[in-house]
Amino acid sequence: MAVADPMVVVDDLHVVYKVYGRGHDRGTAAASLLRILGRRRRASIREVHALRGLSFVVNRGDAVGVIGRNGSGKSTLLRAIAGLLPAEQGNVYTTGEAALLGVNAALLEDLTGERNVILGCLAMGMSKQETRAKYQSIVDFSGVGDFIDLSMKTYSSGMGSRLRFAIAAAKSHEVLLIDEALATGDAEFRVKSHARIQELRSEAGTVFLVAHNLEEIELTCNRVIWLERGQIVEQGEDVISVVDHYIAASGGQPVSRDPVTRRRIKAEVGQPTAATS
Amino acid sequence: MTDQRAPLRAPQAASQDSGSGRLAGPGQLQSGAATATAAVSGEPLAELARRYGLRPSAMRPSVPAYLRQLWQRRHFILAFATARNMALYTEARLGQLWQVLTPLLNAGVYWLIFGELLRISRGIPNYFAFVVIGVFVFNFTQRTFISTSTVMTQNLDLIRALQFPRAALPVGYVVIELQQMLVSVAVLVPILLATGEPLTWHWLLLVPVLTLQTIFNIGCGLAVARLGAQVNDVSQLLPFLTRTWLYASGVIFSISTLNVSGWVKSLLQINPAALYITLTRNALMITERQSAPGSKPYNQALCHTWHTIGQSNGASRKALYDSAYCHSAINPAHLWYYAIGWAALALVVGFFFFWRAETGYGRG
Repeated sequence: MAVADPMVVVDDLHVVYKVYGRGHDRGTAAASLLRILGRRRRASIREVHALRGLSFVVNRGDAVGVIGRNGSGKSTLLRAIAGLLPAEQGNVYTTGEAALLGVNAALLEDLTGERNVILGCLAMGMSKQETRAKYQSIVDFSGVGDFIDLSMKTYSSGMGSRLRFAIAAAKSHEVLLIDEALATGDAEFRVKSHARIQELRSEAGTVFLVAHNLEEIELTCNRVIWLERGQIVEQGEDVISVVDHYIAASGGQPVSRDPVTRRRIKAEVGQPTAATS
Repeated sequence: MTDQRAPLRAPQAASQDSGSGRLAGPGQLQSGAATATAAVSGEPLAELARRYGLRPSAMRPSVPAYLRQLWQRRHFILAFATARNMALYTEARLGQLWQVLTPLLNAGVYWLIFGELLRISRGIPNYFAFVVIGVFVFNFTQRTFISTSTVMTQNLDLIRALQFPRAALPVGYVVIELQQMLVSVAVLVPILLATGEPLTWHWLLLVPVLTLQTIFNIGCGLAVARLGAQVNDVSQLLPFLTRTWLYASGVIFSISTLNVSGWVKSLLQINPAALYITLTRNALMITERQSAPGSKPYNQALCHTWHTIGQSNGASRKALYDSAYCHSAINPAHLWYYAIGWAALALVVGFFFFWRAETGYGRG
C-alpha cells in the first residue's frame, strides 16, 4: 500500500479528566447539602492529565498498535479519536466515521444476539436488504452458534465480544478502533479477526488496536505507538523493535526471535519453528 | 499514486519500501516540540488535516444532514422500539400478555375505585370512561418523559460502539410508548362500547389527536433526553413534576368543576396534556361532546344546576349534561390550534436543543 493519505491527524492532543468525590467530601447527603448551601463547586474535583500533547498522522490503510502499561492513556486516546472525549487542548481530525469497540460485551444486552445483529447493522446505516444479506455471515463469523437466539446477557464475555466485533466489522469503517475487544476471543477467533482486520485495511480503512497481547500487535499492525503517562515514548513502522524496547523497559524477558524473519520462536516441545531458514 | 501528494510523500515512500527503520513521513512524532508540524514539509498539522478534508472528530453535522441521517435510520428506530418492547416482558411468565394486561388492570383499578366503591360522577355523565381515557392519554406523555430521561445513559454501549444520529434513541423510546398506547386504545374500545358510547365517525379524529400528541412527545423526549444525559438529577425529579402535571391536567376530574378563576381554568385547559386528553375524549365519547361547556347557548340557571346538583353525589342523569350550558374555559373550536401549536413548538425546540449537544452524548 504505497498510497498514503492522512485519515487521522492528532494535533497536540491534551485530554484532562475531571474526577469527583475525592478527599473530605464523603458523598453523604449532609455533605452535599452543605456544599450547595455554601454555593461551592465540588471542592473535591481532581484533574487527571491523561494525554499530554500527542501528535501523529495515520494514513489510509494503516493498522496502528497502541501499547503501554495500564493507565498510560491508550483507551483515552482511542476514545478521543472516536470523538467521545473532549480535547482540553489541541485537536483530533478524522474523516468523521470512527467506530470504537470496547471491552464491554453487549450492545443491547437484554436483547437476543439475533436482534443485536439486526439492530447493529441498521444503526450503522445499512438498509434492510443489506442487513438480511449480511446476517448469516455475521453469525457465522462470530461463531456463537445456537446462542444467537438467546439474550446477550447469557453470553460469556468471549462470545459477547466476538459477536460485537462481527457486527462492527460487517461494515467497512473508515476508522475502526479496537480497545482490547479481541482479548477474550479464543485462538480460532483471533485468526479470523486478524484476517478481517487485514481486509478492512485493504478496503482503505484505518485500524487502531489496543492490546496487551504484544504478539497480536506484531502480527496485525504495521505501525505502533508506545504510550507512557500520556506521552509517546516511541513510535514507528518497525513494530518489532518498538515492542522489544517496550518489553525491555517494563523488565520482561526478551523475546527470542529468528534472526532473519524476526518472528517469535516458540519454545514448546513438538512445535516446529517453521520460520527458521 | 496521485500528483497532489508528491511533494509531501517522497521521503516516506522510501522508508516504506525498506520496511524497517523509523517512520519518516508526516506520521513522525514531534516529541517535545511546542507546535506540531509535519516533519517533512513543516506544515502545521491542522492545515494538513484541512487539506485532506479531515474534520475535528467531535463535530456535529448540519441540520439538513442530520435529518437525512435520521430519516435513513427509520428502520432502525422501528426495529429498536419493537425489540425493546418485546424484551420488556420476556422474564415474566405471562410474557407478551402483559402488553394488554397492564392497561386492562389499570382500567380495572379505576372501575373498582370510582365506579364501585366511591360511586361518584363529579358532574360527568360517563365518569369511568372519562377517567380511563384521561389516564391512558396522560400515561403516554408521562412515560415518554420518564423513559427518555435515562435513554442516553441506558444505551451508552450502543452510543460508544456505533456511529448513528443519537436522536434515533429518544425517538425510538417514544415509538415504544406509542406502541403501548395503541394497545391501550385497543383495550379502550370495548370499555367505551360497554359504557354506552356508540361507535361514530368522530372516532376517526383519534388519528390526528394521537399524531399530534406523538409529535409533541418526540419534541419533549428529545429535550428531556439531553437534560437527563447531562444532569443525572433530572430522572429523580421527574416523577414529582409529572405527578403535579397530572393533577393540573384534569385527568380524574373536569377542569370546569374547579373552583378557581376563569383565567386559571383557561391556563390549565391549554396545557398540552389537558388539550390532548380533552380532544381524545371529545373524539371517542358522545357524552363528552354533548356535555362540553360552551356546546349549547349559555344559560345561567341550567349552568348553576350543574354546578350544584350536577356535581353532587346522586345527581340526575339530566343534571350531568347541564354543563353544556356553562361558559367554556377555551373556545372548543380553538383546542385544535393549541394542540397543533404545542406539537410544532415542542418538536422544533426539542430537536434543536438535542442536536446542539450531539457530539456530547456518550462522553464521560
